[in-house]
Amino acid sequence: MSTTPDHADVVVIGAGIVGNCLVGHLAELGWRNIVQIDKGPLPDPGGSTGHASNFIFPVDHGKELAMLTLDSQRQYEQMGVQTTCGGIEVARTPERVHELHRRMSSAKAWGVESSLLTPDEVKRLVPFINHAIVLAGFYTPSVSVVDSLRAGTIMRERASELGALTTLASTEVLNIETSEGRVTGVRTDRGDITVSTVVVACGVWSPRIAAMAGATIPLTPAVHQMIDVGPIPELLETRAEIAYPIVRDMDTFMYERQNGGDMEVGSYAHRAILHRPDDIPSIEEAQLSPTQLPFTADDFDPQMEDALELFPDILTVEGAGVRHGINGLLSLTPDGNPVLGETVEVKGLWSAAAVWIKEGPGVGRAVAQWMTHGEPEIDLHGADVARFYPHQRTVAHIEARTSEAFNKTYGIIHPREQWASSRPARVSPFYARQRALGAVFHEAVGWERPQWYESNAPLLDEFEVETREHEWDARWWSPIINAEHLAMRDRVAMIDLTAFALFDVVGPGALDYMQRMTVAQMNRPPGRIMYTPVLTAGGGFRSDLTVVRLGDDHFRIITGGSDGPRDHKWFTDHLPEDGSAQLVDVTSAYCTLGVWGPRARDLLSGLTEDDVSNEGMPFGTAKQITLGPIPLLAVRISYVGELGWELHAPMDRGLALWDMVHEAGQSLGIVPAGIGVYGTTGRLEKGYRLMGAELESEYNPVEAGLALPKVKSADFIGREAYLKARDEEPAAVMCTLTVDDHGSSEGISRYMSGGEPIVTTDGERIVDAKGRPSYVTSAGSGPSVGRYLLLGYLPPEHAQEGTQLAVEYMNERYPVTVAVAGRTPLFDPDDERMKA
Amino acid sequence: MNVLVCIKRVPAPGARINLTDDEQHIDTRHLGFTMSPHDECAVEEAVRMVTEHGGSSTVLSLGPPEADEQVRQAISMGVDHGVLLEIDDIDWEPQATASAITEAITTLTSEGTTFDLVLFGNESPDAGNYQVGIRVAYALGLPIVSGIKGIEFVDGGGVRVRRQVDDGFELYELTLPAAVAVKEGLNLPRYPAIKGRMRAKKASVRTFTPDAGPGGLRKLRLRQPREQKTETTVLGHGPEAATAVADLLEELGVM
Repeated sequence: MSTTPDHADVVVIGAGIVGNCLVGHLAELGWRNIVQIDKGPLPDPGGSTGHASNFIFPVDHGKELAMLTLDSQRQYEQMGVQTTCGGIEVARTPERVHELHRRMSSAKAWGVESSLLTPDEVKRLVPFINHAIVLAGFYTPSVSVVDSLRAGTIMRERASELGALTTLASTEVLNIETSEGRVTGVRTDRGDITVSTVVVACGVWSPRIAAMAGATIPLTPAVHQMIDVGPIPELLETRAEIAYPIVRDMDTFMYERQNGGDMEVGSYAHRAILHRPDDIPSIEEAQLSPTQLPFTADDFDPQMEDALELFPDILTVEGAGVRHGINGLLSLTPDGNPVLGETVEVKGLWSAAAVWIKEGPGVGRAVAQWMTHGEPEIDLHGADVARFYPHQRTVAHIEARTSEAFNKTYGIIHPREQWASSRPARVSPFYARQRALGAVFHEAVGWERPQWYESNAPLLDEFEVETREHEWDARWWSPIINAEHLAMRDRVAMIDLTAFALFDVVGPGALDYMQRMTVAQMNRPPGRIMYTPVLTAGGGFRSDLTVVRLGDDHFRIITGGSDGPRDHKWFTDHLPEDGSAQLVDVTSAYCTLGVWGPRARDLLSGLTEDDVSNEGMPFGTAKQITLGPIPLLAVRISYVGELGWELHAPMDRGLALWDMVHEAGQSLGIVPAGIGVYGTTGRLEKGYRLMGAELESEYNPVEAGLALPKVKSADFIGREAYLKARDEEPAAVMCTLTVDDHGSSEGISRYMSGGEPIVTTDGERIVDAKGRPSYVTSAGSGPSVGRYLLLGYLPPEHAQEGTQLAVEYMNERYPVTVAVAGRTPLFDPDDERMKA
Repeated sequence: MNVLVCIKRVPAPGARINLTDDEQHIDTRHLGFTMSPHDECAVEEAVRMVTEHGGSSTVLSLGPPEADEQVRQAISMGVDHGVLLEIDDIDWEPQATASAITEAITTLTSEGTTFDLVLFGNESPDAGNYQVGIRVAYALGLPIVSGIKGIEFVDGGGVRVRRQVDDGFELYELTLPAAVAVKEGLNLPRYPAIKGRMRAKKASVRTFTPDAGPGGLRKLRLRQPREQKTETTVLGHGPEAATAVADLLEELGVM
């Protein structure tokens, strides 16, 4: 047994698939003095890895997880621990058949070979299936089963061979010590280690371990049930662990896979059974292992009929019984994604948790890169542990959301799908008025935001707008959005933007700090607004946001609500150590009401004595004005391409502001407009990019069309890479595309929603020189340009205006044309309206 | 051939058995429940007997309402009927348990169900009193042999049972009706088939609520036995370990 070293460069707590892959990758990236600790014995210390079913279906609708999974499969293959068996997702309902068509498009987008099967074809691959109840199958030949324990051992051995790793098994972490918000050491029952970097890769125990340092890792242990049925002669005869494709019975939320002579039947159909990390039994107390809890048959019994229906013969073969059943614990997060990266509360304390076997090695590599270079190759904004607001870290929220999501594990999740639980969480001061106007609220990081207003239904008679024939395309959507858009372009609209995250940067070092953090020139006179990319050291997007200079030593950062927590961490992490600049989160102090449209100035000038003329307040400026009795900050900017302002008022004056604007606007034909206009229709007509959709760390400002005309002399994060990118031909260019024909084979019009592959007219995938596939990053109507608009990156040879391409949606190809290559807006290309 | 099997709901223990703070019970917070391996063999035997000779099998358990799970477990293995003697405690001491079971059997008999054979697990793995079966048999006037690892029917209607002893085995012949307390090793119990589980889920379990009769055994408290420390010695890594393994096996006398 290894002795405990006094000092380490990094301590990785946990020897499951994540901890093991992480130590291997850290060692390969040059880390030494790595100490890995697990309370349990090796190679199976008793966490979720030890009972995982170990199969991998690589197709995911989301790019981030798909990329992590594909990387993981490559790594498992290289380690020689992967058996490729193929897998079929079967549909029992027409809705699922539709979903399988959608999965075909996602498979194409991320480069996974897949095909749709008829019931007879399913039967040919899985002879013992009852294909009479199957409507279709989605077949992925590269579905595989891996030996995750062996993979873990290999990764540890790699680190050991490099002389980088000390593994302490059967060692309990008693405390993670901190000083001034930084990790300083780890106390174990076998000695203390001084260390400044600690990774919590403890799966279901992660919240408990992180709490030792005062940090939160928002996940909950939850039960996934599975049983083994056997012996089954037909499977025994194959003399293989797995010789038939794994079947996911999607509509019953179950899977069936051969496991030697047995059939393993797993379920995500039972009630959500959540546990608390502190209540998980110890290794000694556990019957099987701490994460294999006693099987609760009552929860599983209803699913048996479903399994029998699909596999009536082999599951009832003479002599076959339920040989094994467990309530296996796995980790669930409020949004279903992993929780990776440095915790927001404690410097040097990292999280690598809520990871499935299918992503383990990919996550190990990505987190190791992140810890080494400051960023991973794959943009992980959707998996960043810093993405959660405080309320999203509460046990109440975590348990509500995971309970709701559990039965959707195999569910058909609409891209615009809304949560039902843990709402409303955050509301603007306008909320009561919006409800009265029939607002249909969509949630953004806890904020209730009107997506559209039913009170605007009469606008449908006034403006001609598209309707959507297919229920799927029309779900979580309304043609009222497009009518609100046209009313805004025609008259004026008021839009609730309270979900913005607002940070004030103050102090004598504020300017230097802001210069260092941003690409744009921040040394502008007070009252100026600066739109700027925020880059990673590698020159990719870390954020894009607006900065208002409020005074010589006072800047306000206005950033999207979704990015708020990550931006807060990024900016806080880089504050000068001498304290010369301070950052204050003022999000909850101010509400924001946007007023935009040709009559916006008429509206505002009727409410204020301040000069809001173009001369008195040109585009790109901000100033304090007074509306009646309400002092507020007016910011002349627009994300929808219209004349108008963001009005940032104290939160407690918000209701009065709404009422005043609403009343004064009546004579001008004001309409309240939702985020459907702000975030989609208005934005896309102007070709504005959105962080997390078009903008991510894998793309640079040149590719995004957001490089600024001049490079400031001040140094800033990512400058070197930015300069290099400016000198090179971009490998991809952000383009606006229009859909030429919406007609499907069923003879109805279909409307894509984002994530679909952009292909050649022959259906060939388009991949740029850096290996990045072209796909639709955003999609939506352009009511004023009369076209349906798509954004997406294209390699230079395709990024030519007028180029004919296609988009695959629901496994059908739709012709599209490159309308704009680069940043020029399709609507009002010279921005005359904004600058009016 | 009608066979009755008496089983008990017991915790399925982990590596370490914890006691509740009052030292009256096993702490079952993290534990599942099951019937003992002895009971399982009794159930298996009953199912086989009825399959072979016809008649019907019945499972009976005295325990809390949750013992319904073990009754249905037996039904899922192929037992025909289930009876639960529901009490508001984890268990009763053996005398009261035996009285309640005796009374239930008498009731069932008076209703026309006569049992040719009553099977018990030899002892419960938690209380281990070794006497419920004997008490029931005595009260019903049935012959009983315990510690049985083999049962076969003999011509003329009796059973021949086999008990393993140090130097061999003892054979007993019993005329029916009779009672037998069996031990693990009697047979290899089957796993419940999926169809069996579904049948068990739907089966109706008859419930009695017996009154606790007198009993002389009183539990003062449970005590945790001293933990046995195990030591692990790594014999080597990879192929180099083979010699050391061979030497050890030789030393242990298994090779």
